[in-house]
Amino acid sequence: MKVDMELCLRCGACVGTCNDTAIRLYESGIVFHMDICVRCGSCMLVCPVGAISEEVGV
Amino acid sequence: MRMDVDVLVIGGGPVGCTVARFAALGGTHTLIVEKRSEIGSPVRCGEGIAPDIFDEIGITKDSRWVRNTVDGARFISPAGHMWVIEGEAVSEEVGLVIDRDKFDQVMALHALDEGAKLMLRTHIEELIVDGGKVTGARGKYMGQDIEIAAKVVIAADGYESVLAGQVGIDTRLESKDVETCLQYTLGGVVNQDRYCDFYFGNSVVPGGYIWIFPKSASEVNVGLGLLLSKVEKKGAVKEYLDGFIKDHPVLSKGSAISMVAGGVSVSMPIKTTVADGFIVVGDAARMVDPLSGGGLANGMLAAKIAGEVAAKAVKSGNVSAETLAEYDTSWRKRLEEKMYRNYLTKELLLKQSDETVDKVIETLGNTKMENVGTFEIIQAIAEKHPDVVKEIEKFFI
Repeated sequence: MKVDMELCLRCGACVGTCNDTAIRLYESGIVFHMDICVRCGSCMLVCPVGAISEEVGV
Repeated sequence: MRMDVDVLVIGGGPVGCTVARFAALGGTHTLIVEKRSEIGSPVRCGEGIAPDIFDEIGITKDSRWVRNTVDGARFISPAGHMWVIEGEAVSEEVGLVIDRDKFDQVMALHALDEGAKLMLRTHIEELIVDGGKVTGARGKYMGQDIEIAAKVVIAADGYESVLAGQVGIDTRLESKDVETCLQYTLGGVVNQDRYCDFYFGNSVVPGGYIWIFPKSASEVNVGLGLLLSKVEKKGAVKEYLDGFIKDHPVLSKGSAISMVAGGVSVSMPIKTTVADGFIVVGDAARMVDPLSGGGLANGMLAAKIAGEVAAKAVKSGNVSAETLAEYDTSWRKRLEEKMYRNYLTKELLLKQSDETVDKVIETLGNTKMENVGTFEIIQAIAEKHPDVVKEIEKFFI
């Protein structure tokens, strides 16, 4: 998954919605732990501004 | 950096600060940590609040955060039918429009007045767990490693909470219990009346509602929550809200001075809110009212109990889950029944067609009610449209 940081409002909706805690908010920014991610797609849909998309080729 | 406190509150929102106020009031050395560099900002809220809980949590209306007093609320159906609640009945759900950033800051100041301490830019990444017992938390303060030992750790870390899961408390949500929200503060709108407006209907907002709350004669807080299980494409929330504003005769004239997003749970609360040396409270414990999506009232009521119980436990030297369970039992007694009823009502609303919503709003609009309470509303609907409320009626009477 990747975040378009120009759209991202840092609201944390994706973090709270990820049931596998694969998305974590660190001081440095949002990090997707792809080893945990099950590709359910919830984060893409919950993002109010559509900043999250699936990284092509991953 | 290492620190040692009695009560560590993670999250400097109004819930965290209220926990800290009561924990400090109970004579404990209390520290609030907040990841942001400013309390209250950005605002993630519709900014409408009912003042009827203020007495219970010991706060008074304050000109620093009260922006507007509303005359009533209007519920608008897809076909434009309107149900208006005015006068005495209003305070139960929406009574004041506030500046939520100022509100949060004043809640923090109240906590500090009682002796609590606050550290900004402190981002907790994990709990310190020793033999199943929470003994502190670690993370970063201004980029430096920090470790804080505490007798009781309180997670008031909001919707995006990840801490409770670290001690096996399940805070996961189903997509039918999540609202994805976007909100603007719009200026340059001519809004002479002082009503909070709520727009419903699956064609307008699938599984949610749009709110318009008046902050002044030319400024409104407008926002939308959409049920995650009904979202079919990314960025849908912004599209719905922008589309609504564009077609609105008054709002379309304005511009946003702020834009904020967020997730809100509309679920039942989590099954357990305590562990050894640990308490979860507020949005992190999924205490948001599942019908209104409001989290402030429930969170702050539970926060008071959390602060009092934590202080008592620290004083007694016993911070086990069994001792802290007094908090779990007390807040459930205060809030859970209403949450359950509102959860059922939410589920029922989701199933209704726009035609039914039109009929119900029209009926309510034509019904004179002495007091507008859930019971009276259900009764009024039952008289005209018994089928609609048949399955939940028994929980209200």
